[in-house]
Amino acid sequence: MTPPTTSGNRGLLQAEPLIFETGHATGAGVDLPEPKGAPTKLNGLTRKAALDLPGLSEPETMRHFVRLSQKNYAIDLGLFPLGSCTMKHNPRLNERAARFEGFADLHPLQPVATVQGALELMDELAHWLCTLTGMPAVALSPKAGAHGEFCGMLAIKAALEARGEGRRKRVLVPSSAHGTNPATAAAAGFTVDEIPARDDGRVHLDDVKAKLGPDVAAIMITNPNTCGLFEPEIRRIADAIHEAGAYFYCDGANYNAIVGKVRPGDLGVDAMHINLHKTFSTPHGGGGPGAGPTVLSAALAPFAPVPHIVLRGRTRELREHAHGTQAFGRMCAFHGQMGMFTRALAYMLSHGSDGLRQVAEDAVLNANYLLARLKPHFSAPFGERPCMHEVLLDDSSIKPKGVETIDMAKALLDEGYHPFTTYFPLVVHGAMLIEPTETEPKRELDRFAEVMIALAGRVNAGEVEFFKQAPKLTPMRRLDDTRAARQPKLRWRRGDNSAGARQAAE
Amino acid sequence: MRYLPLTDADREQMLAVIGVKTVDDLFVDVPNAALLKSLVDLPRAQGELEVHRRLQRLAEKNTPAGRTAFFLGAGAYRHHVPASVDHLIQRSEFLTAYTPYQPEIAQGTLQALYEFQSQVAQLLDVEIANASMYDGSTACAEAAMMAARVTKRKKIVFSGGVHPHYVDTARTACEAQGLEIVALPAAIDDEAAVAKELSADVAAVVVQSPNLFGTVTDLTQIGEAARGAGALMVATFTECVAFGLIEPAGAYGADIVCGEGQSIGNALNFGGPYVGLFGVREKYIRQMPGRVAGETIDADGKRGFVLTLSTREQHIRREKATSNICTNSGLCQLAWTIHMTLLGEKGLRQLATLNHEKAIELADALAKVKGVEVLTERFFNEIAVKLPKPAQEVVDTLAARGVIAGVAMSRLNPRAGMDDVLIACATEMNTDEDIAAYAKALQEALQ
Amino acid sequence: MTTRYTKDHEWVRLDGDIATVGITQYAAEQLGDVVYAELPEPGRSFKQGDDMAVVESAKTASDVYAPVSGEIVEVNAEIKNENWQIINDGPEADGWFVKLKLADKTELDALMDEAAYADYVKGL
Repeated sequence: MTPPTTSGNRGLLQAEPLIFETGHATGAGVDLPEPKGAPTKLNGLTRKAALDLPGLSEPETMRHFVRLSQKNYAIDLGLFPLGSCTMKHNPRLNERAARFEGFADLHPLQPVATVQGALELMDELAHWLCTLTGMPAVALSPKAGAHGEFCGMLAIKAALEARGEGRRKRVLVPSSAHGTNPATAAAAGFTVDEIPARDDGRVHLDDVKAKLGPDVAAIMITNPNTCGLFEPEIRRIADAIHEAGAYFYCDGANYNAIVGKVRPGDLGVDAMHINLHKTFSTPHGGGGPGAGPTVLSAALAPFAPVPHIVLRGRTRELREHAHGTQAFGRMCAFHGQMGMFTRALAYMLSHGSDGLRQVAEDAVLNANYLLARLKPHFSAPFGERPCMHEVLLDDSSIKPKGVETIDMAKALLDEGYHPFTTYFPLVVHGAMLIEPTETEPKRELDRFAEVMIALAGRVNAGEVEFFKQAPKLTPMRRLDDTRAARQPKLRWRRGDNSAGARQAAE
Repeated sequence: MRYLPLTDADREQMLAVIGVKTVDDLFVDVPNAALLKSLVDLPRAQGELEVHRRLQRLAEKNTPAGRTAFFLGAGAYRHHVPASVDHLIQRSEFLTAYTPYQPEIAQGTLQALYEFQSQVAQLLDVEIANASMYDGSTACAEAAMMAARVTKRKKIVFSGGVHPHYVDTARTACEAQGLEIVALPAAIDDEAAVAKELSADVAAVVVQSPNLFGTVTDLTQIGEAARGAGALMVATFTECVAFGLIEPAGAYGADIVCGEGQSIGNALNFGGPYVGLFGVREKYIRQMPGRVAGETIDADGKRGFVLTLSTREQHIRREKATSNICTNSGLCQLAWTIHMTLLGEKGLRQLATLNHEKAIELADALAKVKGVEVLTERFFNEIAVKLPKPAQEVVDTLAARGVIAGVAMSRLNPRAGMDDVLIACATEMNTDEDIAAYAKALQEALQ
Repeated sequence: MTTRYTKDHEWVRLDGDIATVGITQYAAEQLGDVVYAELPEPGRSFKQGDDMAVVESAKTASDVYAPVSGEIVEVNAEIKNENWQIINDGPEADGWFVKLKLADKTELDALMDEAAYADYVKGL
C-alpha cells in the first residue's frame, strides 16, 4: 500500500465524501425567483415530514460528480470485454441527435399533429429493425432487454389464448440462458422446464424433442448462445417447436454477432427483443437506460401491445388503447425510449446495410483472433471450432494452481482493464466470457492478449498471493460483499456515525 | 466506416493467425441457407454530416414544447434542468460505463446510486429506496406484484385517480401472473373510495397523490383501513416536485411509494427514457425488485459501495427472482441526483412553491373564461377543468394557435365518460404571458 | 443416532421420531459466508424433496429441500435471530436449520450414510 497522504487524495484521484456530509439544507446551485407567498390550495396538506436534502453550489456540484466519475472505468477509457454486454464505442453524433430540441423537448401526449417527425422516426426505426431481422412487425415500447422478453412472452401467451390453448404453460429454457429468461417466463405466468447442458455447449434437437408435449407454450433460446456459439440446429429446432404447436422466443442479446449477416426471421423465430443499448450502441450509462424493441412474427404481430402507429394518408396517428383490438395490453406509459430510438437510428443510418454487416464480421473476427491468441495459454472448452463474437474460457487451467476466475478478473483491474464476464454462463466451471466487440483496433486486442498471457504465466509460476491480493492499484481494494449483505446499509441517515466520512477522507 | 478501426491489412493478418481464409469461414455453424449472400435492402453508410442533416429534418417536423405556450403534464412535466446536469451525465466515465459489477473500478456510479437512494428516501419519506426502475408506470406495476408476494393475496384495487396508463401497465403485467386488477371508475377527488373495496383477498390498494386530476389527498385513513384489512397501501405519483411542498405518501404510512422521477433532471423526451422511483418499508426489502447499492469497506478498511442483496435478482434467482428487471435507469437516475443536489432542500421547496403558485394563477385565469369550470379543489401544479365542448376538439384548436392546452381525458381513457374534461398543468416554465395567451385562446375557441 | 445425507447436501439426524436437518460442511464451504437464510414456519408440513428453506451468500442462493417428509416442530432460533455465522461455524452441529416430526421412517433408507456421502463429495 502506498503511504497515506494528508489530504486523502492520491495524485489526480480525489477523496470525496457523500453530498450529505458536505452539503446543507440551505445550500443551493440554482437561483429561482422568490415565490410570491400566495395562500396555497392544499387545504393544510403541506409537507410536515423533514426534507433534509443537502444542496451544493454549482462549482461544488461539478467537483463532486467529476471526482466521482474519475473512480469509474468506461469504454472511452479502454477495452471493456464484458461478455454478453456488447460494450462498444458510443458515437457522439447519436448523443447530439437525441438532444435536438425537436426530439428532446416533445411531450408524449402532445397532439399528434405536432409530433409527426417523431412518429416518422419511430416508423423508420421499425423499418430498419424489421428489415434487418426479416420479421414483419416490431413492438417498440419495451424499455429494456428483460422488458422486451416480457413483451414477447406476453404476445405468445395472447396468441395461445386466442387459439384456445391457454393451457399450454410450460416454457423450455436451456440451462445456459441468461437469468432474465426463466425470470421472464415466470413473470408471464409460465412454468420453466430446463434443458440440461451438453458437453459441446449447444442445444440439441433431440433434447428439445424429448421435452415437447401438448403443454409446451414456447422455447426461449439465445442465438448466438451464451457460450459464444451459433446454434447449428436452430432451424430444425424451430420447426420441431412449431410442429408441436409452440412458439420460438429468441433472446437477441447476442444479435451483434449476426446483424446484417443472418435474419432471425429466416431461422423460424416468432419473437426476439433487440437490446438497442448493445447492438445499436446506445450508451450503457452505468446501468441504463436501455431499450428492448421486440420483433414479432406474423403469428404474433396482431397481439403487439399498444401504442401502435397508424398511417392514414400521409399523417401518422397513434392507437393508444388495447380495447377493441387484439393487442395484449400496454408495456408502459407512453411510447417507449424515444431517446434511445433516436440514437439507434443515427447509428443505423451511419453504418448503413454495408457497415452493419461489417459490424458483425469484425465483431466475430476480433473474438476469433483473441481466441486464437489465448487458446494455447488457457482452457477454451469449445475452442476447437470458431466462436461468434465472444470467447468462452473456463478455470480448468488456473484453478488447480490455486487461482480462481475472480482472482484473474481482479488482476486485470490492476492492469487497467475492465474484466470479462465472470461465472457466466453457468454451464462451464469458472466461466470467463470475453466480448471484444468490433470497435477495438488490432493493437488493443494484442495488448490485451499479451496481458492475459502474462497473467497465465504468473499462474503457472505459482504466484497465487499476487492474484489473491489484487487489485492493489484501483481506487478501492476488494470490497466486502458479505458485510454489505449481512447488515444492509442502503442509505444515509442523519446522525450516521461520520467515521465513514473520515475514513473516506483518509 | 468511421466507427470501425480494423483495416483490411489487419483483417488479413488476423485471419492468418486464426488459420482461416475468409471471415465467412468463421460463420460455419450458420446454416448455409440462412447466411445472407447480399446486403439487406437498406441504405448504405453515410457520413456524420448527412446523418445529422437527415435527423435534423425529422426533428424540424415536430413542434417542440418550448416553442408553444405549454400546459401539458399528465405523467411527464416540463421543468428547467440546469446546464451542468447534462454536461456531467455526458462525461465518458458515467455515459460509457456498465452496471457496476466490478466495484473497485465503479465507485463513481455506486456512490451516486447510494446518494440517489438516500435522496429518494428523504424525499418520499420512506425507509429504503432502490436504485431506480424504468419509469413510474413500470414501477407501479412492480409495486402491485410485490404487494401480492408480500401478502400472498391476488387482488389489487386501483383508485379512480391513478393515471390510466399506469393502470393498464399494471393490468398487463399482473394479469399474466394470475392476479386480479380492480380499477375503480375515474374520479376527480375520491381516492378514499378504494377503502370500500378492502376485503380479506385484497393484496393492495393503489392510490395516487397528486392524482391524475391534480387532486392532493390525505392518505392517513386509507392507510389505516388497508392495514386493518391486512393489505398494503401502494402510493404512486407522476410529479415528484410536489413533495417539496406537499406531504409525501411515506408520511401517511404507505408501504410502497413509487412513481415517476422525470421532472427532476430529465427532459420530456417524447416519453422516455425516464426514471422510476421506488421506496419501501425496510421489512419488505427482500421482496423489493431492482438493484440496490449498499455501504461496505474494502480490504484496507476504507468505506466503499457495492451492489448488494442481489440474491433477489434474476441473474442469481432465475425463475424465483422477485422481478425479471435487469437494467435500471442509470443515466436518468444520475441526472436526477445531480439536479436534486443543485436544488437541495431550499431549492426544491422554492421550485415546488413556484409551481404551485403558477398553477393557482392558471386555475384563476381559466375559471374566468365563460363556460369553464375548474374541478380540482386541492391541487399542486395540475388541474382538471370542465369545458362546454369536447376537450379533444379544444386541444386541437388551441394547438393550431400555439397553445398546448393540456390533454383531453378522452385521450387517456375514452371510456371514462369525461369527454369534456381537460387536464392542464403549470410549472415554473410558464410565464404570465403564456397564461394570458392560454386564457385568451380558450375564450375565443369557446365563443 | 443415525445421520443420513442427500445429494443436495442436506443432512438429517434422527432422534426418536424427530429429525434434525441442516446443510453439510461441504455445502457451507461451497456457499461461502452466509448472509441470509429463510426458514419455514413451525407447523408447516413438507414432502420429501419439497423446497423447505433458502440459504444465501452474497453471490448465490440455494434452495434447501426437505430430506424427509414431516411437519416442522422447531426452527433454529439463532438463525431466526440473524446469527448467520453459526451456519458457517457449525453447519452439522449448532448451525442446524429445522426439526421435523418424521412422517415415514423408511424414507431414510434411500439416503446416503456418512461414508457414501464422503465418496459422493469426492466425486464432485
